Amino acid sequence: MQPRLSPADISQPQTGLFVLSGCWTARTVAGADQKLAAIGESETSEVVVDGSQLEAIDSVGVWLLQQQCKKIRTAGRSVRLLDWPSDSQKLLDIVEKQIDIPVLPVPNQSFLEKIGRKGETAWQGMFALLSFIGECALALVRIGLRPSRWRWRLVLKNIEIAGFDALPIVGLTAFLLGIVVAYQGADQLRHYGASIFVVDLVGYAMLREFSPLITAIIIAGRSGSAYAAQIGTMVVTEEIDGMRTIGIGPIDFLVLPKIIALMVALPLLTVFADVTGVFGGMFMARSHLDISFHEFLARFGSEIGLSALLVGIGKAVVFAAIIAIVGCYQGFRTKGNADSVGRQTTRSVVQSIFIVIILDSGFSVIFSILGL
Amino acid sequence: MPVATDQDITANTKNPAVIEMHQICTRFGSHIVHADLDLDVRQGEIYAIVGGSGSGKSTLLREMIMLHRPDSGSIRILDTDILTLSRAEAHVLRQRWGVMFQHGGLFGTLTVRDNVGLPLREHTDLAGELIDELAAWKITLSGLAPEAGLQYPTELSGGMLKRASMARALALDPELLFLDEPTAGLDPTGASGIDTLVRSLHELYQSTIVIITHDLDFLWQVTDRVAVLGEGKVVGVGSMAELAEMNHPVIRGYFDGPRGRAAQAQAQTLSGEQQHTKG
Repeated sequence: MQPRLSPADISQPQTGLFVLSGCWTARTVAGADQKLAAIGESETSEVVVDGSQLEAIDSVGVWLLQQQCKKIRTAGRSVRLLDWPSDSQKLLDIVEKQIDIPVLPVPNQSFLEKIGRKGETAWQGMFALLSFIGECALALVRIGLRPSRWRWRLVLKNIEIAGFDALPIVGLTAFLLGIVVAYQGADQLRHYGASIFVVDLVGYAMLREFSPLITAIIIAGRSGSAYAAQIGTMVVTEEIDGMRTIGIGPIDFLVLPKIIALMVALPLLTVFADVTGVFGGMFMARSHLDISFHEFLARFGSEIGLSALLVGIGKAVVFAAIIAIVGCYQGFRTKGNADSVGRQTTRSVVQSIFIVIILDSGFSVIFSILGL
Repeated sequence: MPVATDQDITANTKNPAVIEMHQICTRFGSHIVHADLDLDVRQGEIYAIVGGSGSGKSTLLREMIMLHRPDSGSIRILDTDILTLSRAEAHVLRQRWGVMFQHGGLFGTLTVRDNVGLPLREHTDLAGELIDELAAWKITLSGLAPEAGLQYPTELSGGMLKRASMARALALDPELLFLDEPTAGLDPTGASGIDTLVRSLHELYQSTIVIITHDLDFLWQVTDRVAVLGEGKVVGVGSMAELAEMNHPVIRGYFDGPRGRAAQAQAQTLSGEQQHTKG
């Protein structure tokens, strides 16, 4: 069973003679180094260290002892080891020889250097993203000219995974969002006796803004991260290199089908989110504002123009391209290990949501200038 | 000479067994990997386990280090029954052995030095600086330059990775050292470097070393005893010279290939030279 571990101890029966006893091993030696320092402080010209009482000693114990011995020797005095167990002799010798191995300091970056490096990485990352978009566009043109090379099966598979499988979560989220919008609006509108305007509120808010945005955010978290993790793992396991060497372009095979699939799936999901979101608002309007489904739909049909729906769908197409490109790009940026896969996956989600929101605000400005 | 056996006389026969595996049965679904396998490793020996792909070597190793549970049988390691032990006992036992994995098994987020120092940091109360010194020393002991300690595992070559992994396995001065394919994927120079390293570490720590390998040169140069796995059992145990005389088809398959012959010839030349220089 577990060997009995008595703590490391040291005694000095006469001046200059030290007797080590107990276990001088990694788990028992902690704290004994102070006691051991006594050896270095002894004043005699020769220090004798007796090892006959030792129960066990391992490299940690030997290391601590040789550190003290070195101190004594550099002070011009001598050390003699007496009655040491024969099996520790080799360890004693090798540690004595190698005690001076330098512990290299971890290179330290100054605050400014850190900022500089981060800045440079971000700057180069931007160009790398642009060049990745360029590569994808070139690949698209190349493949566009030869429709026989389209990988329809992969595209359809991706539509199923990113689109169809996401229907429940997107639908539920948009439904709840519709309820929230109607509820918040209803409270305010009731004060003015303008309850019926909740239809306009829910319709425009969901169709133009919330549906495309919430769908894009869910898909960035759901599919964008999956793309980054999949491609990242393939980089780590050298599958990407393997693909290149047998003449299959990783962009053709991995990236384009995803981009195309998402550009089909995300607008469709957005329409689905529009439906469930408006239904959520309608549900809320009936239970809180006494607006019947019939009234709601009649006003919805006459007030909400087709442009509201098309603006939302148009945005969704752009968001889809962004999410797929950023996810794949971050996957390809993976270097080496499991940790890197995790980091790139996180980055893909954060970055694509960030870009989606920036673009969304950009769209608002452009559309208001165009009067849409 | 009779086939397989326990009566092989080697220098270590008197030593107590540190690993005793009896009637081990392991199956994955309907595939039977071990059928009533028996195996004993004695204290202080360098013991190799060989066998073709799928003969259950790696599973056997995983069973020894408590990563896989056999379907039946008994395993005693360092006088502890590892199939019935408590969590606390398992914790203590794990600190008494070191494992070097085939692909290193080092943590990618830590530098090599932090990887080596990790077992000390986790399991002892030693001061941080002392742990760094000891880790730097173990790294040198494993034959790496001190600068390698500051690198991350992904920055190392295959040979360096094996040595770094060895340094981590040595962190707590294990009584028992498991090496999984220590020379696989290395160039001949790198591989013979590992031969020498294993021998010198064995001399230094007198620990028992269990090795899984395919490397015939390594088997001839380093090991005390070798167990050949086949048909779910140990079909032969003995020194390489003894195995070379046995008639079991699995063992013959190992020795009669061109590589087997070359390694044997090489080993004989080497030992001839050694005797010559001694005489």
